[in-house]
Amino acid sequence: MRLSIQKNTLSGRRGAIQTLWFLLFRAAAGINVLALFAVIGFIISKGLSAISWEFLTEMPKNSMTEGGILPCIVGTFSLAMGALAVAFPVGLATAVYLNEYATQGKVVSAIRFAIANLAGVPSVVFGLFGLAFFCTVLKMGVSLLAGALTLGVMSLPVIIGASEEALKAVPDTYREASLGLGASKWQTLCRVVVPSALPGILTGSILALGRAAGETAPIMFTGAVFFTPDLPTSVFDEVMALPYHIYVLATAGTHIGETRPLQYGTALVLITLVLGMNLCAIILRARLRKRSRV
Amino acid sequence: MKHREAAPIATRTHHDAPSPVAEGAVRDSLTRQHTALGDWTAQSLLFVISLVSLFVLGLIMAFLIMEGAPTFSFVSIREFALGHLWYPTDEPPDFGILALIMGSLSVTLISSLIAVPSGVMTAIYLSEIAPPRVAEILKPAIELLASLPSVVIGFFGMVAVAPLMQQLFDIPTGLNLFTASIMLAFMSIPTICTISEDALRNVPVTYREASLALGATPFETISKVTVPAALSGITTSIILGMSRAIGETMVVLMVAGGAAIVPTSLFDPIRPMPASIAAEMGEAPFRGEHYHALFATGITLFLFTILFNVLAMSVSRRYRLKGSS
Repeated sequence: MRLSIQKNTLSGRRGAIQTLWFLLFRAAAGINVLALFAVIGFIISKGLSAISWEFLTEMPKNSMTEGGILPCIVGTFSLAMGALAVAFPVGLATAVYLNEYATQGKVVSAIRFAIANLAGVPSVVFGLFGLAFFCTVLKMGVSLLAGALTLGVMSLPVIIGASEEALKAVPDTYREASLGLGASKWQTLCRVVVPSALPGILTGSILALGRAAGETAPIMFTGAVFFTPDLPTSVFDEVMALPYHIYVLATAGTHIGETRPLQYGTALVLITLVLGMNLCAIILRARLRKRSRV
Repeated sequence: MKHREAAPIATRTHHDAPSPVAEGAVRDSLTRQHTALGDWTAQSLLFVISLVSLFVLGLIMAFLIMEGAPTFSFVSIREFALGHLWYPTDEPPDFGILALIMGSLSVTLISSLIAVPSGVMTAIYLSEIAPPRVAEILKPAIELLASLPSVVIGFFGMVAVAPLMQQLFDIPTGLNLFTASIMLAFMSIPTICTISEDALRNVPVTYREASLALGATPFETISKVTVPAALSGITTSIILGMSRAIGETMVVLMVAGGAAIVPTSLFDPIRPMPASIAAEMGEAPFRGEHYHALFATGITLFLFTILFNVLAMSVSRRYRLKGSS
């Protein structure tokens, strides 16, 4: 698909224009990659000194100006896992229905319209929805459960999209072979189609998990609080979370300057977690593509 | 989707096949009825679950309206949407969100002035110019850029970019429209870049070959053949990128400065809609006037993103129709 560029044949004005534009294209790509490394590099260089065993395993002390971020790590982990537990079964089932059963119709296009729009709903609107529905109407209050459900609803389109793509990549011959052997459609799905698509589905789920772990706005009013004295013991407890912790330390309170090291440290833990998950997913997907090419 | 037709054919051949043992055939048809019932149940169950997305979108709209509509019992829609003053905690309070809307629109517009050229040019580089090996490394980097949590980008903007801007332009605060636009641009670039690249890659290679064979330079081929052919995909990517920018919360909350004024200069602090909602909801008395007004702001924001999405869908649908004919 690429254009083979023969440098010698291009000369004069046309060649000069091309050289100039290609330089711009390269620069644009370069700047974007540079931005990524600037952010990561900055956070690592400033945050590394704050990281210690105590920082990762202790509770905050002295109204969060000292001590560790254990409750935030636990909170983010539980929120993200809770979100996945909600979104994965629903997302997978939706993708299976849309890709394996659905025929063109009004209901199906309505479902697709809803998924596309759900993907575009601003994160803070999910937060408002969670507050009005999960916290107030379903009487969950500000809790781990309400936060996880809000994040789960937000991750739903990501998981549906990834699962559908993975199901589409399963060759039709697999289905035909299974049906030809006398297996029912359901058996074919459970034993042939979904297992073949599973690595792709899992890759998408890891991406969704990473996204849920890094979100702040949906949990601000539904699950996360400034400070809890204890680790959560039930799903109805309020939790602390890494992204919200960064936001609170960086913008609120009277110790913004003093707690800078803690802010950098927390940001470093968060990007390590999120980028680590994404990197895993990217590597996993690259391997899958190589395998399917053979 | 071809496999759907495969199912009845497979069933028919199985039944028509002369079975050597009659008893076996009977048992077979019994289990077949049994599995057919199971299949029907499974299909219905999956259908019901797939309605969840539709149901959730409906619930989101219903609850936004339910909690937002009471706003219009104490301010008129006109005063709300066109009022300049947003002083929700004053006595008497002012609930005019024009400044918030203008804040959102200005930051979205300026960030896309940065993000569109940068994102599209990166897409062109990745799909048309970069050697495959380079592209293989660059593409995951762009994806990682997309996965950076918004709070981290906001934090980076606050502690690194804002002080730099303050020094560079000698302005009272680095937390303003311009800094927020730059940070926001880096959040929408991955969206623009990924979708544009897909669109460019879907342009048939024969188009490029024909153009090159006519003596066009590779750059002329890109600018006059490949990019125009992918234009609707690129347009979709731009709309979706803007939709992401207008709804993005943490970056504008942390970097935009937070003053509810209609911006007149590039370096004015602003308070876009999502920032206002996120910053004030914690303190707004439950189901008080302020609370309802914030939900009504949420409705406004939601309408903007729905508008962007519907626009993007109609552009890409037209593109698909053109592609198939």
